[in-house]
Amino acid sequence: MVVKSMNKLRKDFLTHLKEEIIAENIERLKDKKFKIVVHMGTCGIASGADEIKKIVDREAKRLNSKEIEIATSGCVGFCSREPMFTVEATGKEPVIYHSLNKDKVKKIFDNHIIKGQIVSELEPILKDSKLSYFYKYQEPRVLHNKGKINPLEIKDYIREDGYRGFLKALEMNDPYEIIKIIIESGIRGRGGAGFPTGKKWEFCYNAISKSGLKYVICNGDEGDPGAFMDRNLLESDPHSVLEGILIAGLAIGSSKGYVYVRAEYPLAIKTLENAINQAKKLGLIGKDILGSGLNFDIEIYQGAGAFVCGEETALLCSIEGKRGMPRPKPPFPANEGLYKEPTLINNVETFSNIPQIILNGAEWFNSVGTDTSKGTKIFALTGAVNNVGLVEVPMGITLRDIVYKIGGGIRGDKKFKAIQMGGPSGGCIPEKYLDTPVDYEKIKDTGAIMGSGGMIVLDEDVCMVDIARFFMDFIQEESCGQCTPCRVGTRRMLEILERITQGKGEEGDIEKLEELGKMIKETSLCGLGKTAPNPVLSTIKYFREDYEEHIETKLSCRRLHRKEKVKKV
Amino acid sequence: MRVIDLPKYDLKKEEIQKVDKAINKSKNKRGALIPVLQEIQRKIGFLPIEAQKKVASGLNIPEKDVYGVVTFYSFFTMIPRGKINIRVCLGTACYVKGGKRIIDRIGRELGINPGETTPDRMYSLQANRCLGACGIAPIIVINDKVCQKVDPAKVMDIIYSYK
Repeated sequence: MVVKSMNKLRKDFLTHLKEEIIAENIERLKDKKFKIVVHMGTCGIASGADEIKKIVDREAKRLNSKEIEIATSGCVGFCSREPMFTVEATGKEPVIYHSLNKDKVKKIFDNHIIKGQIVSELEPILKDSKLSYFYKYQEPRVLHNKGKINPLEIKDYIREDGYRGFLKALEMNDPYEIIKIIIESGIRGRGGAGFPTGKKWEFCYNAISKSGLKYVICNGDEGDPGAFMDRNLLESDPHSVLEGILIAGLAIGSSKGYVYVRAEYPLAIKTLENAINQAKKLGLIGKDILGSGLNFDIEIYQGAGAFVCGEETALLCSIEGKRGMPRPKPPFPANEGLYKEPTLINNVETFSNIPQIILNGAEWFNSVGTDTSKGTKIFALTGAVNNVGLVEVPMGITLRDIVYKIGGGIRGDKKFKAIQMGGPSGGCIPEKYLDTPVDYEKIKDTGAIMGSGGMIVLDEDVCMVDIARFFMDFIQEESCGQCTPCRVGTRRMLEILERITQGKGEEGDIEKLEELGKMIKETSLCGLGKTAPNPVLSTIKYFREDYEEHIETKLSCRRLHRKEKVKKV
Repeated sequence: MRVIDLPKYDLKKEEIQKVDKAINKSKNKRGALIPVLQEIQRKIGFLPIEAQKKVASGLNIPEKDVYGVVTFYSFFTMIPRGKINIRVCLGTACYVKGGKRIIDRIGRELGINPGETTPDRMYSLQANRCLGACGIAPIIVINDKVCQKVDPAKVMDIIYSYK
């Protein structure tokens, strides 16, 4: 859709708004010496951030000081140290206090706020402090707003140059120019498969719709256990996702977008709803956006709990109100998607990248990364590391750096055993491949996949057969059931794995697993089935001794584990 | 769970109204089935066969398709949930930190399997897919409250504190 009335485009709208917001902020903050930002994502709230906010309010009231501004923001990514807040003092480096409780807040008020002394015994996160390493090796691009904005305030987003990328795209007045920039940037889908995003956009741009309708769908059905990048983006910076969707709509000539969010993420849905309403009020979503003649509407579609709906054709079925069953491709959704119209489906993180690519250019984006993988990637780093949280790293950084530098090494001085990437479609990477760089192809060579960004670090106490059994149990439950190899094959594999972990494994079980796995991979229809055996095959490849030990000793996981502990003593 | 195993449930008058309201609200929308079912479940807590039949005729969809969707998606339930609904996350991060032990413990203490409700309708237990709060694993969700870093040995204290 070429924007019809460029001369009416309200180009200065955002600039004026931003100036107003900044002026308003200066006016409000002119007497303030401190700003305390309480970080409130799902993890923060579960750890008691609500309560901390109340205590902060109370303390500020007690001091009866007009010099303190209290604000809230989304998550700052350091989940294991929640609840946290940041103290910003005029002209000084922000100080992040973590693992807060009532006493600590009191102490911070008594010393930092009243006397201006940083409470170093609470080990706050400052430049060069021990915990600052968690942030030091990160490259926050998609997450550049973390901790800075209140996700419930569109004004905060606009203050940080929000919707400028969309305005720039509007001003280009040529949708294909937008697509050219996306192609040039080299960005690949962040949902896991890594398909070049620009190519996808180009297919949709060229696709002909009989009725004139095209759809943009944001896939927020983040089902991989151990992944929460998309939840965080939707909760902490929802407008960046909406802006990306708007740009995509403009580029491919669509007027309707959906955000498919899993039902397991209530806070994300609430935050996104609020964001859409605010954007509508400002005329950034709806009819004749900013006077450009462009119409675009965005609607939330709530999932109902089915892992397979993350697969794009299943997701389409789900929005149409049916069981989420994948169908063969081609036709690809770009040609025949939702209600058989051309449909662009991208992941939440992909959309979040778009505004900045448009704003800063393709070269800025691909200045970091490897030959085939450009930009940054967000990972949900969890499991047996000291620093658990959401990390955004430049592509090309090694897994070792993520685990040991950012993650702070293995908790409790235990030995590293493996890193699980890509959830149920991925695999486990052993120590000898820890120097593998984060790169779609290099990760694939190890037998795992980049995936959507779940990264679970496992220590020596974990039985790899049990991990394989865990994923097979998950897949078996989530298989939609239309292909026999996936429906029956995964059940047979699960039965064998259950037997082995119960100490009833037999000679030949490993070979049977390999044979079944190969068959399921080759004969399943969709991505779920094609990748389902990966966790089993990769653990057999790298940790065959775990399987053999079970089968030889005829011991269950628990017993085998206990025996090892006794041995150590 | 087969249809014939389900306890018979007659919709109460106000429940019928709620079901009708949900249907009428989205009647003419494309792809309305799932949002309508979600709303009904939100309002009356579960999706009895009677309600499914009403949805089928209201939206002009075959009953088998409504039933098919209800049984496909894990968020839909045909069994009433308890007053205190306990969801245990069994995502990878929670699993390696003891999620399985937590759900086993609760099930044993309450005498129900995951997916079931106690006869007095006080407690219901569900195994949940990853809730994306891996940083504070293992977690359980009681009604809508997320409880973090749960110790399997102390989990019953948390649950009983909700009485």
